[in-house]
Amino acid sequence: MECSFALVGKDYVLVAADTTAARSIVKMKVDEDKIKTLSPHLLMAYSGEPGDTVQFAEYIERNIRLYHIRNFHPLRPQSAAAWVRRSLAQSLRSRSPYTVNLLLGGYDVASDAPHLYWIDYLGTQAAVPFASHGYGSYFALSLLDRYHNPDGTLEEGLATLRRVIDETAKRLVVAPGNYKVKVVDKNGVREVAL
Amino acid sequence: MSIMEYNGGSVIAMVGKDCVAIASDLRLGNQALTVATNFEKIFPVTDRIYIGLPGLATDVTTLRERFRYRVNMYTIKESRTIEPSTFAHLVSSTLYERRFGPYFIEPIIAGLERNPATGELSPYIAGADLIGCLNFAKDFVVAGTASDKLFGVAEGLWEPGLEPEDLFETISQTLLNAVDRDAYSGWGAIVHVITKDKVISRTLKGRMD
Repeated sequence: MECSFALVGKDYVLVAADTTAARSIVKMKVDEDKIKTLSPHLLMAYSGEPGDTVQFAEYIERNIRLYHIRNFHPLRPQSAAAWVRRSLAQSLRSRSPYTVNLLLGGYDVASDAPHLYWIDYLGTQAAVPFASHGYGSYFALSLLDRYHNPDGTLEEGLATLRRVIDETAKRLVVAPGNYKVKVVDKNGVREVAL
Repeated sequence: MSIMEYNGGSVIAMVGKDCVAIASDLRLGNQALTVATNFEKIFPVTDRIYIGLPGLATDVTTLRERFRYRVNMYTIKESRTIEPSTFAHLVSSTLYERRFGPYFIEPIIAGLERNPATGELSPYIAGADLIGCLNFAKDFVVAGTASDKLFGVAEGLWEPGLEPEDLFETISQTLLNAVDRDAYSGWGAIVHVITKDKVISRTLKGRMD
C-alpha cells in the first residue's frame, strides 16, 4: 500500500514516496514517480485514489507554474501550501471531491528556511517537522518522534529516513518495495539515492 | 466515528474581573493517530477579540480565513473595529448560511466589549454550535472533544471576580486536567488572557503522551 514520508532538517526538506502503482491487489508499475517538482524550490508527494492523484497533481503543478510565469517569481512554500489546501477544501464540498493526500516540502529562499506541510484530502493542513501518509505512518511517526533531529545534516536526515523505511519494510505486511527520495534545499530540487 | 471527533481538540473561555481568558490544546489527530502537536485553534480577530475553533481541522482553517475576510470587510465599510457582540452575530450568521451542509466547528468567542456610552470595557464570552446557535455565558464556555470533562472541572474551579493571573491559573488547570482524561485532546496548550491594556499569551506543556 502507498506510503510517503518527509522530514525537515537544518536547511533542507527530504521527501520520499513509494514507486508502486497498484490497482486493487495487483502491482501495475513499480517505477512510478509520485513526487512532483512544483517550482524550483517546492516538492509535492501525492497519494490517494488512483486517477484523482495525477489529475489533481497536474492541475496544481500547472497553476503553480502559471503563477511563476505571470509574476516572474514562484509562490513561496507557505502561500503555495495555503492555495493547495484551499483547492482541496473547495473540492471536498463539491459534487466530486478529489481523494488526494499530500506532503508539501519547500525551501523559502526569501527567509532561508525549509518548510513542510502535511495536507490530507479533507483540506487539513499542518506545518510539521516530519510527516507521513499511508499505513507507513503508524511506524514512521513513532520512529521520527524518537530519532528526528530538526538541526540534522542531510546525511543524518537520510539515515533517519532509511531507518523509517526499513522499519516499515520489516513490520508492515503490505509494505512497498521501492522508494524515490528527493531533497529540496537552497540549491533547488534533486533526487538522492538512499 | 463522529466527524466532530475526527481531528480532536478542545477550547475553553472564562470570564474574570475586567478580563477574559481563552485556551485550547495543541493536538491535531487523524482519529487516534496524532499528526501534529502544534496545531493552534485560537486566532486573534481584533486586538481584544479572540476566537477558538474546535472541530474538523479543514474547517478550522477555512473558517479562520472566512472570518478574517468578513472582519476586514466590516472594518473597511464601518471605519471602526468590530465589537465582540457584533462579531458573535457575524459568526452565527456565517455558520447558519451553511445550515444544511454545515462547517463542523463549534466556535468560542472571547473579548472585551466597549460600552459606547461610558467607554468602559467589560468581559464578553460566547459559544455557538455548528449551525450558529449562540450561547452567551456569564462564567465560562467550553467546546470540543473534552467538553464534558471541561464542564466538570470548570464548574469546580471557576469563581467570579478572578484577577488576570488567577484567571490564567484557573483556566490552565481546568484545561490541562480535562484534556488528560481525553484521548483526542492534549499535547500541551496555549492560553490567552485578554486584559484592558494587553494580551498575555502563554504556551503550556501538559502530559506529552
